[in-house]
Amino acid sequence: MVTFTVEDQDGNRQEIEAPDDMGFNLMEILKASEYPVLATCGGMALCGTCHIEVLEGKDGLGDATDPELDQLENLPEYYPTSRLSCQIRISDILEGAVIRLRGEDVV
Amino acid sequence: MNTNTIHTDLCIIGAGPVGLFAVFEAGLLKMRCHLIDALPQVGGQLSEIYPQKPIYDIPGYPEVKAQDLVDNLMEQAKPFQPTFTLGERVDYLNRQADGSFVVTTSDKTHVHAKVIIIAGGLGCFEPRKPVLTNLEQFEGKGINYMVKNPEHFRDKNVVIAGGGDSALDWSIYLAKVAKRVTLVHRNETFRGAPDSAAKVFDLANRGKIDLILSANLKEVTGNGKLEKVILEDKWKQDLSIDADHLIPLFGLSPKLGPIADWGLSIDKNAIEVDTRDYSTGVERIYAIGDINTYPGKLKLILCGFHEAAIMMHSAFKYVYPDQKLSFKYTTVNGVNAF
Repeated sequence: MVTFTVEDQDGNRQEIEAPDDMGFNLMEILKASEYPVLATCGGMALCGTCHIEVLEGKDGLGDATDPELDQLENLPEYYPTSRLSCQIRISDILEGAVIRLRGEDVV
Repeated sequence: MNTNTIHTDLCIIGAGPVGLFAVFEAGLLKMRCHLIDALPQVGGQLSEIYPQKPIYDIPGYPEVKAQDLVDNLMEQAKPFQPTFTLGERVDYLNRQADGSFVVTTSDKTHVHAKVIIIAGGLGCFEPRKPVLTNLEQFEGKGINYMVKNPEHFRDKNVVIAGGGDSALDWSIYLAKVAKRVTLVHRNETFRGAPDSAAKVFDLANRGKIDLILSANLKEVTGNGKLEKVILEDKWKQDLSIDADHLIPLFGLSPKLGPIADWGLSIDKNAIEVDTRDYSTGVERIYAIGDINTYPGKLKLILCGFHEAAIMMHSAFKYVYPDQKLSFKYTTVNGVNAF
């Protein structure tokens, strides 16, 4: 299991625990935790609706991939810390990370 | 009722895979369909978001490209001559004295139907809007989120914002039509089609368009209608541009939209239905596919197909109140076109 912190659109923070051996991605965990993530395309990096910022722990996660950047660039706003949560696999790299939901595209 | 009202048995809101298959199931029971979709083409998110992606869980197709599935569903529905209103959003549903409905779209198209089927997926795809304080004040008064008719922009000062394919393509096209096109993009490079990006740089080099890179929209101003777009450039300096029109092109995102106001029971942006026939709490309105919810719901295309078949057998009573429905197999009866 890994533990990381999620900040919602209103600034409320909550620690989330997720299994790191089930092949989940971060978008799936956010949805399962009842966060209002739309994830229109279901995790193909094709819609940009699971946009998050990695506030702490970005170094371990690396940069956004090309398919992510294609989507992020299309959004009205994005940041150097922006990622698509569907492209982040749950692994021990996320331990202690802090992510913030971005969100015009909420459920 | 309006004289140019479209009359049909069933009005299907949403022309995605489930809406299209519903036409086939309705046709087997001799019910005619008119479909309305906010997108300009059929296929819903399959055509809009991932046309070239393979799908692996359609029964009988080990692998099928999303757009091929849509094309095949259109072919399958063809014998039943569905009609379409595309690029328009359904805004109102008005119940008639006899229990039927008149549907009104954003472009004032009227459809009279005995039954309404909501197959709206995740909602209507609507343009993403930039976060600007007085944006809404100028919507329809200079701010347009799509180019429906390029002539609308003839001899006008147009600012286009965005860095995707549509921003590039419309900048190239409108350069020939508008008085002046200014393309604003937040980065130094474009991730859209390299050919289009090269054309845009070429047009800018030849002075045919103004290309402002590493800049963001900051403010829109005007008196009753849009007059200026204020940008913030890479040095955090404001830059004011005379503009009759601003076209922000930041992609589309689904919103539930007016469906939320039709008196249906809604849970987390989905319509609650009775799993016996996928009816909503409002008589003659059904909801199938990703837009509905019930205990155990799976948002899969194949589940939507199943829901379409079941709900059509329930809707039959409203279209043919005096007839008894008998269940028939296509292997026995074939597909009897209208």
